[in-house]
Amino acid sequence: MSKWEPRIILIACNWCTYQGADLAGSLRYAYPSTVNIVRVPCSGRFEPEFIATALKEGADGVFVGGCHFGDCHYKEGNYKAIKRFGLLRRVLDELGVEKQRVQLEWIAGSEGKRFSEAMNEFDAAIRAIGPSPYGDNGKGGATCQNQK
Amino acid sequence: MSKPKVAFLLSGGCGGCDMSIVDLSDALVDVIPQLDIVFWAPTVADVKYKDLEAMPDKSIDVGLHSGCIRLDENEHTAKVMRAKCKVLIAYGVCASLGGIQGMANMHLKESLLETAYKYGPSTDNPDGILPQTKCLVDGKYELELPEFIPHIKTLDQVVDVDYYLGGCPPHYTHVAAAVTAILTGKLPAPGSWITNGKAVCDVCKRNPTSNGKERKLISSVKRTTNGSPSSDGCLLEEGYLCLGPISQGDCGGSCPKVNIPCRGCGGPIPGVKDYGMRAISAVAALFEKEELVDQVPSPTKLFNRYSLPGSILGRKIGGFRTCKKLK
Repeated sequence: MSKWEPRIILIACNWCTYQGADLAGSLRYAYPSTVNIVRVPCSGRFEPEFIATALKEGADGVFVGGCHFGDCHYKEGNYKAIKRFGLLRRVLDELGVEKQRVQLEWIAGSEGKRFSEAMNEFDAAIRAIGPSPYGDNGKGGATCQNQK
Repeated sequence: MSKPKVAFLLSGGCGGCDMSIVDLSDALVDVIPQLDIVFWAPTVADVKYKDLEAMPDKSIDVGLHSGCIRLDENEHTAKVMRAKCKVLIAYGVCASLGGIQGMANMHLKESLLETAYKYGPSTDNPDGILPQTKCLVDGKYELELPEFIPHIKTLDQVVDVDYYLGGCPPHYTHVAAAVTAILTGKLPAPGSWITNGKAVCDVCKRNPTSNGKERKLISSVKRTTNGSPSSDGCLLEEGYLCLGPISQGDCGGSCPKVNIPCRGCGGPIPGVKDYGMRAISAVAALFEKEELVDQVPSPTKLFNRYSLPGSILGRKIGGFRTCKKLK
């Protein structure tokens, strides 16, 4: 059996974090290949259902990226995102999902370097805690299926 | 046309759903002669499970299954119901989403049994005896009990379900509407909820937007245990975390009418996949400040009061504490 590799979902806002990822690419800052980006119009578009679905389908970590306060393209999307995320994290904590598995950070379009750092840190954090207990129908021990 | 054959089965529930049919009262007098009730157990008719098993497959037109799947016996009877019924309806929120006892999925089977049979404040069980699936009485009679499965399942996690009907129990006016829909054959697409599609807020008289006012954000989190709503205004605005925005309003908003915040027994409004997760989304976005998030008491059990087994994650997976004697 191949070595376990984490599966990471990044929910990135179109206007900041996704642009940050683009810039990281242009500047040739590397970030781990375990990160799978889902582009959403705004961090306010992310639903707690997305994270629950990702965890259920076997993601080992979910990272939500949005614009800094005051920078939101739609003015208040990120204010909604942080409240939803805070409440979701409490629920996930009660359900026994480690806090490190879900993270939220504001990464602007000009922060290509920070994007690459954040992804490397998140990947290292997920590797440190191991496979998600919800992966493979809650049995744990998800195997590498990134290339499937 | 011959009368449609109907069967009712109560599984892991309380019998409230059967009561809601009886609550039709005089309307029921008109409805009963139009139906051929072949099975109604264990609450109303004197029939046994083996009578249901003896019926030919697909011989029943409409089957109503109330209650969740708690025991292996419930799994078996659900499969029998599916085999005998042409249309199977998950009747009430327990069958649809797991119901209030679905919160048991936050605990381990062992700690549930120990809390109930060892550590209860009024329990007298010095030998610490827990229920067994088999026991020998008087040295010769071997008795069997159904097994308590590790976590609660919804009906659709065991068999295919054609329709869902929310409510704990379904409001009798909604039951009347559903029975009419069944009798006239005006049912929605298979796999959907039988509902009028409106949210509780839509039918609630407290809703500020239907009174021409603008909705205010939540500035503090309150609980009904520490006080009661002071005004006739929206409970959410006042800080009582009412889940009306995402719950089906077939009940006519019965709870907000009497100062009780909605807890979502009606099930999710159409388009919502996971009730609890969408409740987080709806309520959190209405908070004035981010810090209010930490004031929500026991959020999983608040937002998944009736829907934990039917949610995407379904149950608690880790971080269990050992059970202690209650004080």
